[in-house]
Amino acid sequence: MAVYSTSEFRSGLKVMLDGDPCSILENEFVKPGKGQAFNRVRMRNLKTGRVWERTFKSGDSLEGADVVDVTMQYLYNDGEHWHFMTPETFEQCQADAMIVGDAARWLREQDNCVVTLYNGAPLAVTPPNHVELEIAETDPGMRGDTATGGTKPAKLVTGAVVKVPLFLNVGDVVRVDTRTGEYLSRARE
Amino acid sequence: MTDWRPSAPRNALVRRARLLAGIRAFFAARAVLEIDVPVLGRAGVTDVHIDNLVVAGAPPGYLQSSPEYFLKRLLAVHPEPVYYLGKAFRAGERGRLHNPEFTLLEWYRPDWDDRQLMDEVEALLRNLGAAGRAPCPRLDYGTCFRDALGLDPHTAADNELREQAAAAADQPAVRWRDEPRAICLDLLFSLKVEPRLPAGVVFVSDYPACQAALARVVHTPDGVPVARRFEVFLNRAELANGYWELTDADEQRRRFAADGALRAALGKPVRPADERLLAALAAGLPDCAGVALGVDRLLMQLLGAGHIRDVLAFAEG
Repeated sequence: MAVYSTSEFRSGLKVMLDGDPCSILENEFVKPGKGQAFNRVRMRNLKTGRVWERTFKSGDSLEGADVVDVTMQYLYNDGEHWHFMTPETFEQCQADAMIVGDAARWLREQDNCVVTLYNGAPLAVTPPNHVELEIAETDPGMRGDTATGGTKPAKLVTGAVVKVPLFLNVGDVVRVDTRTGEYLSRARE
Repeated sequence: MTDWRPSAPRNALVRRARLLAGIRAFFAARAVLEIDVPVLGRAGVTDVHIDNLVVAGAPPGYLQSSPEYFLKRLLAVHPEPVYYLGKAFRAGERGRLHNPEFTLLEWYRPDWDDRQLMDEVEALLRNLGAAGRAPCPRLDYGTCFRDALGLDPHTAADNELREQAAAAADQPAVRWRDEPRAICLDLLFSLKVEPRLPAGVVFVSDYPACQAALARVVHTPDGVPVARRFEVFLNRAELANGYWELTDADEQRRRFAADGALRAALGKPVRPADERLLAALAAGLPDCAGVALGVDRLLMQLLGAGHIRDVLAFAEG
């Protein structure tokens, strides 16, 4: 694996720290005029999700991590594992609830998502930033009420619960931001 | 290609032009002579943590990291107040507050000490609109350090400083086992002391002797050696660095040699000392105080800019 020096640390670079793969979030150059230069680096431990802040002397280096993001299709859940496939190669892999985590609330069979592979095995699953999903359960819509701005909870077909405007009904398709869990708009069918 | 455009918005360029004119007017009114020294010199610096940009050739040229050596050579012949306002270069320094090419203001006052020069820095910053009417706080390095870390930077054992530095960096202690004292102090001051400084213009003076650089070292009444060096912070960002200048050629030669030894130990290229500067010191540099101030950082503060590129016409290099 390549070795990266502090001056090459960019947001998104994957490196090994204390035996765990990490993704660099921020790299700040700090230097007293006459003194040693340092890099204050914020990075996310890709195994635990925890954010670390470490300070390195400028010029220190870390080994790169064999971490790649692959767009895969979500196939099905067998009750224990979620199964994914790379559409071009038909290669499949499976991930458990620890790895899929919050992404499970947004995954619908046949939809694409990003699977992060570490040494070839799934490490994390990221749904698309925006998904369009059908409402499975919600209180009946109030016809014509498109202006008051009130909301109500709605359960989507994947199990996620989001706040939607009052006029929406079961069967309507909504567009949601998966990073915030917020309703964005009604989707055109 | 989209990055051909200027980095700074026009209002920053207008403010920069006004700032440069304001600095020149301030010194003209005080009869300090502007000296346009070269940026390309035949010698570089030995400083452990400053790397010159080297211009290939036989012999190579060195883009100056500050006008200090030229101005001191000048002072040894013409002992009068002088300043330089122009470009300086430092290899590899790039970040929110750093650009390899930057604008530096540096001036020297024969017969003054660091205390008198601090008064003039304060007057300049007030004149340029960076300091208010109230006197700016004058803090002591040792007191700031003790308040933030509970350790005396002048007398604490090397190992105590290394432990604290490793903890502040969130690094295993073993990685800091052999760090020189000065590097531990650099880290602790940057990470733990600077964030606790008051807002506005603040002076910090009397640095640990191991951070003297080109300042003279004196002993306090308690017998503790301190460097007569000061730094100026503006909203917790380092803005200027000043010395009651070392004038002893032999001591200067010893410090250059110590720099070289530390560079070699750190695996960095060792630069020859500037023999012309040493010869000027031997001929007789007048007692003087000098200070260098980062003009881009001052402009950032005046404009509330978050990144140095927002005040540079073109952030290249």
